[in-house]
Amino acid sequence: MCGIVGLFLKDKSLEPQLGAMLSEMLISLSDRGPDSAGIAIYGASSNEAKITIQSAKPERDFRGLDADLAKAIGAPVSLAAKSTHAVVRTTPAKIDEAREAIQALRPDIRIMGAGDVVEIYKEVGLPEAVVDRFGVREMTGTHGIGHTRMATESAVTTMGAHPFSTGADQCLVHNGSLSNHNNVRRELIREGMTFETENDTEVAAAYLSSQMAHGKNLGEALEGTLSDLDGFFTFVVGTKNGFGVVRDPIACKPAVMAETDQYVAFGSEYRALTKLPGIDNAKVWEPEPATVYFWEH
Amino acid sequence: MPAINLSKAAREPGQASRVFDLAEMSLRELNQALHDLAPGSNETAWEVLHPRGSHSVAVGVDQPVAIDVRGSVGYYCGGMNDGGTITVHGSAGPGVGENMMSGQIVVKGDASQYAGATGRGGLLVIEGNASSRCGISMKGIDIVVHGNIGHMSAFMAQSGNLVVLGDAGDALGDSIYEARLFVRGKVESLGADCIAKEMRPEHLELLQNLLDRAGVTGVKAAEFKRYGSARTLYNFNIDNADAY
Repeated sequence: MCGIVGLFLKDKSLEPQLGAMLSEMLISLSDRGPDSAGIAIYGASSNEAKITIQSAKPERDFRGLDADLAKAIGAPVSLAAKSTHAVVRTTPAKIDEAREAIQALRPDIRIMGAGDVVEIYKEVGLPEAVVDRFGVREMTGTHGIGHTRMATESAVTTMGAHPFSTGADQCLVHNGSLSNHNNVRRELIREGMTFETENDTEVAAAYLSSQMAHGKNLGEALEGTLSDLDGFFTFVVGTKNGFGVVRDPIACKPAVMAETDQYVAFGSEYRALTKLPGIDNAKVWEPEPATVYFWEH
Repeated sequence: MPAINLSKAAREPGQASRVFDLAEMSLRELNQALHDLAPGSNETAWEVLHPRGSHSVAVGVDQPVAIDVRGSVGYYCGGMNDGGTITVHGSAGPGVGENMMSGQIVVKGDASQYAGATGRGGLLVIEGNASSRCGISMKGIDIVVHGNIGHMSAFMAQSGNLVVLGDAGDALGDSIYEARLFVRGKVESLGADCIAKEMRPEHLELLQNLLDRAGVTGVKAAEFKRYGSARTLYNFNIDNADAY
């Protein structure tokens, strides 16, 4: 099981509603996976970069972190806490330094993702509880992806929840299970990539990040999953300006897509799409097996 | 094969439909009301509004009633249908008509994976395309798809007829037993032990009857090719070990 959703807006007038639309889509798939839920929202560009962080003890870990971090990296830092997560903003040139400094200053903080526009929120619990906790419905953005998890391959923890982010503004949600993830993880570790979990999906995310770091575009990187990853998968992937979908050749993990002049939407089931504007007249189709679909702004 | 038009038989002239709006009532109320129908009930026309991709709409119907579902449905619509005439005015999710016993299901849009899986009888018509594993393990059902079907369709199909006006995907009829497959378009590839077969007069007659019952016009039985089992995998043979 697991339920995945994605929404890529073409019509700018819908951007203030992105969080609300994506939240509804994810909540409608709650019974596909009650273990944990997560959402990634791609917001507006600014002159600052963002790091989404998480702590099991936010009161302790987030207090004074902005000042401590600003001092450590010698650049202005702001921090906006939302429950167990917080978004740290700083100058883009300092982003890698800031990541390292956060880990040194507060070792219990986990990094959910980083980039110019992405924010990632994920926790154990049902989608409705997770979107309420982080105020996802109020979020504005250009595109986003979400996941509700029925765990099969690794523990039910915050870090085992999707989306997984392994590169700047890149993240991935997955329905399925991979069978060669240990091998692929070893190869990627040799390339210098680091992993936070034992989870198969994190390997898929890191594989795509690695491919794109080698100069491939999103479509080419997704094409590579068909030969290099073994197992069952429907992936929905977000990048800074793009949104992609691919299913393995057996394609037993369900997928439905809808497209109108206003958006491209993905859901594990049609149920996820029924509240979208104009859905009755949308082009609705089942993505073909072993076929890459992607859109870019 | 019963030649009666089930839609006509089910609808008494002038009788109002019993309407179930799934925006206001639960799926369980709908299915319970359908299961509570006594044989010979006069409530033979039903309409389901706002299904919004719900799972298991009109599953387990066992009376000859007509049910019009106005919108798209999720998993297992009309599963185990035994005598009902169910029309989905939209698309259907995975497993539409799974294990149908008798009656008729018509999907006006597309159908997802394993449409008609394990069906034992009745007629399933998909007016759009069906995706992978259409008719998997079918055991007597007749399936007519106006569009294309996906890969691994009719896998281990035992009996019944699968008619496809468009194309079929990879590995059609893999490990098939005695089901008959009729495809008008191109077949991407045949599965293990599935072969093209001669279209004899009795097959043309059977196919024409199915096309008529499925409301297909302007298409001739002679435009189809027939596929079925080469019957080489029926009994274990060590030389076939790679094909099992």
